[in-house]
Amino acid sequence: MLKDITLGQYFPGNTVAHKLDPRTKILLVVLYIVALFCAKGIVTYAVMGLCLAVCVRISKVGLKQLVRGLKPVLFILLFTGILNLFFTPGDRYLVEWGFLRISDVGLRNAIFMVLRIMLLIMGTFLLTYTTSPISLTDGLERLLNGLKKLRVPVHELAMMMSIALRFIPTLIEETDKIMSAQKARGADFESGNLIQKAKALIPILVPLFISAFRRADELATAMECRCYHGGEGRTKLHVLQYARRDYIALLLGVLVMVLVMVLARFGL
Amino acid sequence: MKTMIETRELRFAYPADEGKEPVFALRGVDIAIEKGSFTVVLGHNGSGKSTLAKTFNAVLLPVGGKVYVEGMDTLDENLLLAIRQRVGMVFQNPDNQIVANVVEEDVAFAPENLGVPTEEIRRRVDDALKAVGMSEFVTHAPHLLSGGQKQRIAIAGVIAMQPDCIVLDEATAMLDPIGRQEVLSTIHKLNREKGITVVLITHHMSEAEDADRIIVMDDGRVAMDGTPKEVFTQVEELRSMGLTVPDTVDLLDRLRHSGVDVPLDALTVEACADVIAQAIARN
Repeated sequence: MLKDITLGQYFPGNTVAHKLDPRTKILLVVLYIVALFCAKGIVTYAVMGLCLAVCVRISKVGLKQLVRGLKPVLFILLFTGILNLFFTPGDRYLVEWGFLRISDVGLRNAIFMVLRIMLLIMGTFLLTYTTSPISLTDGLERLLNGLKKLRVPVHELAMMMSIALRFIPTLIEETDKIMSAQKARGADFESGNLIQKAKALIPILVPLFISAFRRADELATAMECRCYHGGEGRTKLHVLQYARRDYIALLLGVLVMVLVMVLARFGL
Repeated sequence: MKTMIETRELRFAYPADEGKEPVFALRGVDIAIEKGSFTVVLGHNGSGKSTLAKTFNAVLLPVGGKVYVEGMDTLDENLLLAIRQRVGMVFQNPDNQIVANVVEEDVAFAPENLGVPTEEIRRRVDDALKAVGMSEFVTHAPHLLSGGQKQRIAIAGVIAMQPDCIVLDEATAMLDPIGRQEVLSTIHKLNREKGITVVLITHHMSEAEDADRIIVMDDGRVAMDGTPKEVFTQVEELRSMGLTVPDTVDLLDRLRHSGVDVPLDALTVEACADVIAQAIARN
C-alpha cells in the first residue's frame, strides 16, 4: 500500500517544457507567481489563465493530472471561497439570509481568490510535472550559488535534498517490511481511535529510525571512500547550460509579467 | 612484482567505553598484496577481516604499525584522496552505498568528487558501466534493480575512479546465488582484463577457489597464507578456526579417513571427480 506514494510527480516527456533548463523553469514560476499576485480584474486573470493554458498545452501534461493536483487543497479552496463570499462587506448585497450576506465585492473576491489559488497550484505543479527531482535540485543549487558568499551551505543543502529523494523508496520498502514483521508478531494498526492508532506506529518508527541512522553511517563511509570531500572542486556529469529557448522563455515570462502589471495598474 | 598494499605490524582497536580496556581487532598483521593479484581474505565473524579491509583505504587508521598503499602512508592526511582514489571499496549492503537516484549519476559520483572534466566523466561512466555489463541501465533508477545489479553498479562507481585496487568487503554476503555469481564473474573479469588488484573479503569458501592467494584471519592475526591448494588442504586447522572447507575437499577428506587413497588438493568439482575416478580405477 505504501508503494503507491510517488513524490515529485514527475511525468517524463520530451517536450520543450521538459527540455527547458530547470533554472529557467524555476524563474518562470517565480515570475508567474509575482504576476498572479498583481492580477486584479477579469482581463489580467484571463491573461494568466491563457498563459497557464499555453504552458500546459506545450508540456502535453493531461488536464486530468493537473486537476488531480488540486484535490489536496480542495478544503482550502472551499474555505477561502466561503469566507470571502459571506464575510466581505460591500455596498450592495445580492442575497441576505439572516447573518449570511453576499455582497457584490464578496462575490467578486471569492471568485478571484479561488481562481488565484487554483492558478498558483496548477502553475507550480506544472513545474514538478515536467522537471525531474534531480534537475530540480540541480537547478536550485545553481540558482542559489550566489548565496555561498553569504556562507549559506548551498551545496550541502542540495546534496541532502538529493540523498533524501534517493532514500525515499528504500525507506518506504523498509517501512513495509517492518510493518509486516510487526503484524506477524500480532501488532494491530487498523483498529482503535486516533490516539491508539498513533501509538501503534511507535513499533514501526523506532526500528525505522535506528535503521535509517545505520544506513546514514554506512552511506557516509561509502561516500568518503569515493573521495567525497564537500562541494569544493567538484565537477558535474551534467552541466546545466542555458540554450536559446531558455532566453526566449525568460523574455516571454518577463513580458507577460510586465503586461499584467500594467493592465493591473488600470484596474483591469 | 610490485606491491599494492603493505601492512607492517598493523594493530587496530575500536574505541572502547570509558574505563574499559580496548579489545584489539587486529594484533600485528604483516602482509603485502601484489599488484594485479586476486587475493581472498577468509575468516569467521569477528576474526578481523573486515577491519583489515577498512584499513586498506584509510577508512580506519592503524593504532599501531603502518599501512602503505603504493608506498603512501595511510596516516598522512594529505595523501587521503590519492589513497582512496587508488583503492576503491565496495561494501556489503548495496542500498547503502548508492548515492544518486539515476544509475549514471551514481557512477559519476566519484569522478565528480575528483574534479574530472565533464567529457571525461561521461567517457568514464560509459566505460565503467560497460566493464560491469550494465550499459543498458544508464538511466534506470537503482532501487528498481536486483541485488546483484546494484552491487555491479557500486563496482562501476568504484571503477570510474580508475583505481589500481578494489577491496570488496563481504560484497556478496547479501546476494542470492545468481547475484553472487554476477558479481564474482565481474570482478574476475576486471582482474584479468584491466589488471586491477582485487582483495575479496568473504566467508564463502567457494568464492576462494579461483583466487591467486588466500589469507585466513583468526583472532586479529594472519593464521594461514598461501594458494588455495595450500590452504584448503589443511582441513583440521580450518575447522578448528570455525571455518568450513569446500565441499570437494570435505568429500576427499572423508574418503581418506575411510581409507581411500585420494589427494586433498582437487578443489573444483571436475578435478575432484577425476581423482575419485582414478582411485576407483586403481582398486
